Amino acid sequence: MSTGTTKLDVVVSDVVPVNELVTRFHFRRRDGALLPTFSGGAHVVVEMRDGERTRLNPYSLMGSPLDTREYTISVRRDDAGRGGSLFMHRHVRPGMEMVISYPVNLFSLDLRARKHLMLAGGIGITPFMAQTAQLAAEGGNFELHYTCRTASLGTYADVLAERYDRRVRLYHDDRDERIELDRLLSSQPLGTHLYVCGPSGMIGWVRDRAASLGWPAETVHFEHFAAPQPGAPFDVTLALSGRTIRVGEQQSLLEAIEAAGVDPPYLCRGGVCGQCETNVISHDGKFIHNDHWLSEEEHRSCGKIMPCVSRFEGRSLVLER
Amino acid sequence: MAAKSIISRPVYGTLFPQPGKHHLFVADAEGALAISDLAARAPAGFFGDAHIIFIPGADGKHVAALEALKPAQFYQGPSFASALPRLKQTLANAHMGLRLYLAGTEGLIGQAMQAALEAGIDHASIQTEHRGSLARRVQCVHCKGITENVTTQPATCSHCGLLLLVRDHYSRRLAAFQGVCINAEDRSEIPPTEEIFR
Repeated sequence: MSTGTTKLDVVVSDVVPVNELVTRFHFRRRDGALLPTFSGGAHVVVEMRDGERTRLNPYSLMGSPLDTREYTISVRRDDAGRGGSLFMHRHVRPGMEMVISYPVNLFSLDLRARKHLMLAGGIGITPFMAQTAQLAAEGGNFELHYTCRTASLGTYADVLAERYDRRVRLYHDDRDERIELDRLLSSQPLGTHLYVCGPSGMIGWVRDRAASLGWPAETVHFEHFAAPQPGAPFDVTLALSGRTIRVGEQQSLLEAIEAAGVDPPYLCRGGVCGQCETNVISHDGKFIHNDHWLSEEEHRSCGKIMPCVSRFEGRSLVLER
Repeated sequence: MAAKSIISRPVYGTLFPQPGKHHLFVADAEGALAISDLAARAPAGFFGDAHIIFIPGADGKHVAALEALKPAQFYQGPSFASALPRLKQTLANAHMGLRLYLAGTEGLIGQAMQAALEAGIDHASIQTEHRGSLARRVQCVHCKGITENVTTQPATCSHCGLLLLVRDHYSRRLAAFQGVCINAEDRSEIPPTEEIFR
């Protein structure tokens, strides 16, 4: 078990196909007790025993935070990905026993906000399912703008439209519907907070426009589940545990460290939370920093690496781990 | 700028032009100089989207310098209290994209920030710059009365008359430092009064 978070023993209580790409999974505690309370925007890391490999993928909780009898996640199948979502789709069945982490929230609502403006793209809708449920129960003021490729891939668009009616606005790429972002951002009352979850291009576009239009950084929240990028294999020496290990092409540095029996801390496995930050003792080569945690200066100084998403190319790398 | 002593004691920065659709300035007395300094760094046309609310000091200086910046709106008032309805109205009608800049005395900065927080602005997104007097707005923790422009240590509460030790403990909600009775055990003990918040 990792030092990152405490674990929960769960059983898969239901598996529901949602559309051609997305499947929903329901988890209940094996001992029948209530699951821990969470807040809208939280995620859990799901452990998958895939033969010799353990896959650990983070997924947003999409059920209402008011009902902790079960947790629900929605997984979009990525046929070109590293295999976690395919494992979920192909092998996870009702009745299966699994282990998930306690919920962690790196995308929480700022409840001081007068209004919550939410922008979702594709499967990025999942944290908003929980956040809207939480706000609706409290009478919170929110507005959700959701872009999807086609109506049939608008995961839960029908559910949201029925639940929240005019507070939800849908945009379909195939009908050439686009968010009028500048107008939307400039017409929000003072005290509005902005939340965006979706493809990295969308997050970048929204953050950039919001900053240009005078939205303070404190009011712009985003969630980015970057899967570790593949790359050339490399060797790394772990100074504290005295081991030299190989990081495979499809494996992240964090996964390789875990596979070597070292138990490093982690929370998001997506390069944003900072939990797995590791000091570099020495190196001869080039870092490929894929994280959003370290500053540009820290990237340049080569003194730290986020092993969940970043890689290395070169002759030698020694980490304090 | 005052040194940071305890966590609640506000720390001020330097006004700097921010990207935004509208720019609202609230300043008193020498705070005008902070706006002039910002103007020197601002892009062309910056003040075309600006609104300045200014309370001149007793000497009445700096009005002309601010008017020369040609802000879209300029208001000059005799006191913060007289400017407050205008500030509240402006904030109530504002949209995201409004940036707020506060400059001058701590009392002015604190009270304008208080109005901004009530309007939903995050305190971290407000630019502040301290200029001029170090006089403090002090709340008596015993009678809750607020005394303006306190420059001495200790200070007499203008409401209940207790002799107060002016602390660095600051309340953002009240926009005031806390004053605690300095001679609660023996009222006849009167420590010397020094002017230290000039």
